[in-house]
Amino acid sequence: MPEKSGAEILIDCLLEQGVDTVFGYPGGAVLPIYDALFQQKKIRHVLVRHEAGAAHAAEGYARSTGKPGVVLVTSGPGATNAVTGIADAFLDSIPLVVLTGQVATTLIGSDAFQEADTVGITRHCSKHNYLVKDPADLAATVREAFTIATKGRPGPVVIDIPKNVQVATAPTDVKGNSPNRFHPAREAEYAAINQAVELLAKAKAPILYTGGGVINSGPDASAALRELAELTGAPVTSTLMGLGAYPASSEAWLGMLGMHGTYEANMAMNQCDVMFCLGARFDDRITGRLDAFSPDSIKIHVDIDRSSINKTVRVDLPIVADVGTAIRQMIDIWKGRKVKPQPLTEWWSKIEGWRSVRCLNYPASKSEIMPQYAIERLYAATKDRAPIITTEVGQHQMWAAQHFHFDAPNKWLTSGGLGTMGYGLPAAVGAQMGNPDALVIDIAGEASIQMNIQEMGTATQYRLPIKIFILNNEWMGMVRQWQQLTYESRYSESYSDSLPDFVALAEAYGWKGIRCDDPAKLDDAIAEMLAYDGPVMFDCRVAKTANCFPMVPSGAAHTEMILHSDEVSGTMDDEAKALV
Amino acid sequence: MHIKEEVSERHVLTLTVDNEAGTLARIAGMFTSRGYNIDSLTVADISEDHATSRITIVTKGPPPVIDQIIAQCERLVPVHKVTDLTEAGPHVERELALVKVSGAGDQRVEAMRLADIYRARVIDATVNSFIFEITGGPDKIDTFVTLMREVGLVEVGRTGIVGLMRGSGAS
Repeated sequence: MPEKSGAEILIDCLLEQGVDTVFGYPGGAVLPIYDALFQQKKIRHVLVRHEAGAAHAAEGYARSTGKPGVVLVTSGPGATNAVTGIADAFLDSIPLVVLTGQVATTLIGSDAFQEADTVGITRHCSKHNYLVKDPADLAATVREAFTIATKGRPGPVVIDIPKNVQVATAPTDVKGNSPNRFHPAREAEYAAINQAVELLAKAKAPILYTGGGVINSGPDASAALRELAELTGAPVTSTLMGLGAYPASSEAWLGMLGMHGTYEANMAMNQCDVMFCLGARFDDRITGRLDAFSPDSIKIHVDIDRSSINKTVRVDLPIVADVGTAIRQMIDIWKGRKVKPQPLTEWWSKIEGWRSVRCLNYPASKSEIMPQYAIERLYAATKDRAPIITTEVGQHQMWAAQHFHFDAPNKWLTSGGLGTMGYGLPAAVGAQMGNPDALVIDIAGEASIQMNIQEMGTATQYRLPIKIFILNNEWMGMVRQWQQLTYESRYSESYSDSLPDFVALAEAYGWKGIRCDDPAKLDDAIAEMLAYDGPVMFDCRVAKTANCFPMVPSGAAHTEMILHSDEVSGTMDDEAKALV
Repeated sequence: MHIKEEVSERHVLTLTVDNEAGTLARIAGMFTSRGYNIDSLTVADISEDHATSRITIVTKGPPPVIDQIIAQCERLVPVHKVTDLTEAGPHVERELALVKVSGAGDQRVEAMRLADIYRARVIDATVNSFIFEITGGPDKIDTFVTLMREVGLVEVGRTGIVGLMRGSGAS
């Protein structure tokens, strides 16, 4: 029987899974795999500058294409550097397969050079992980890993491969006969779906609260959501992760909900009579104070992960199913019975009242660029090109979520659950690799961008025309805002001192650098950025101490939103301080 | 500000899992990483082909936390089935303990007498010590160990409990 090395078997298995791009960084413990990669032409390897960048790039690739992202890093520091990206993908349910090199099986446990217990370290921040001790097990392991990463609630799967397993040979005749022990249910039980239809049909004040699960479920789930919203006439709000699943240009769109969500979305969540949660998980950034969260509503929750149900908020009707499939099942029943929803005129007039607060308004300025204005102008200049937007984490991320609007899924890539500064630039690299013709923009802050700034070199190497749009206010703005709100403006270590000259930095990497600090010149500067056929770093100097509102302060209810800076109190009790 | 604690219930869970490297670490680690309690945990291979193990976990928590624990266990790939014996109905729980006492004279006689009442067996004896083997529910063993403290307890080893549902069905 013909035999192949573990490294060759691995490449065959990746090809079998349809992998065409791998994000990685070589090192001692993966040299056999890199040699096998060298001898083939079908898989592109993207050489990042730091393994954290590889994991985030794979996330960006996965989120924007719907395909799993693949990472290849060496043992020890290679693997530990990738951990943040793995944890990020775990919290945001992004399908990744992370291949890590390991010291030879004979050396495991001996504190060998570049040895780390990768399986131990990643056990609780991955959906599943493996240590492969025999090349004969590789094919079955890789197949199962891709199934686990992509099916059910997606997530990262780590395969740790010792160096001698990459070199040793095994029979290649293992195709297709691997047992699969992972079978998540997709369809919802008829009775539950039926009850959901009845509840929604009778609702006088319904709301659809959607999340990243709708995007993970695939483009058809977004299409089905639009249909369901139309049939029911209900307003739609979404978590940060779900933006784009429902078009922001639609009349029924309330904007994002939660801590920095809109007044109308949060008030509607608080006052609704039937809340239909689709692929979201009642995160603490969404609910605010739990005992005051939507106190009088009947809650229906569709989630593919049973553990998301009743985790923080008790729901009345749990439905464990793929959200797209469940919505389709509902639509079938709704149409089949020609259900007529309740007239929602009264509900909508209430919503219009909340909308008229115009909570996203901000003080205009002629002398300096307001960060919100910068996002609005960027949106206006790019919306016709359906750009892919990535972000870092902080104020700029929330302003982007509020003022950039998405009409399609897979266009908004952000670190929601883990809140990883440094996500946006490598995610943009991954998104551009997966979508060569798309306009990809990383909306960043001057502090966040420095966390993975080395990935500019990756964009240069692969001629990726990504744009980085930095809202530079010289502060870790969200930290500064919280210190202003809760610690009487004691700005402990939140000033971005000793910033680099971003324009000179851009040029050093072979990029174009643009700087703008004048609102009157902003449109021209953005046009210059978009016209340039190559990577651009845009240093947008914005108002330094603008705050991100509206805001549900830590430990407050949805009804206690801060709308403007003059409502800021400057201190907070210990109970509120202890909440994140 | 002070940290508040909620009222807990004791639950016995049994898990059917793949018998492969790391499964126990995955389950035990999930409990620590999510802040759940483990009062006892037993694990042993139970299938002819050595492919499956049964894990019995005694845990404590408020009812919603118990529900989450079960859901989080079910989410782990090598876990095939989770049964909450406490919720499932009548079941038996048994634990084995080895109890070493040392002493002479009346104390030694009293230890033997108590062991007899509790149906503990002597599995090792010297002129000044015994090792008793006792099986039973956790309460019985607790009581026995408490009594042995009076008559020269040296050390105790306990297996932690295993449990099965009563009747002909499988859990």
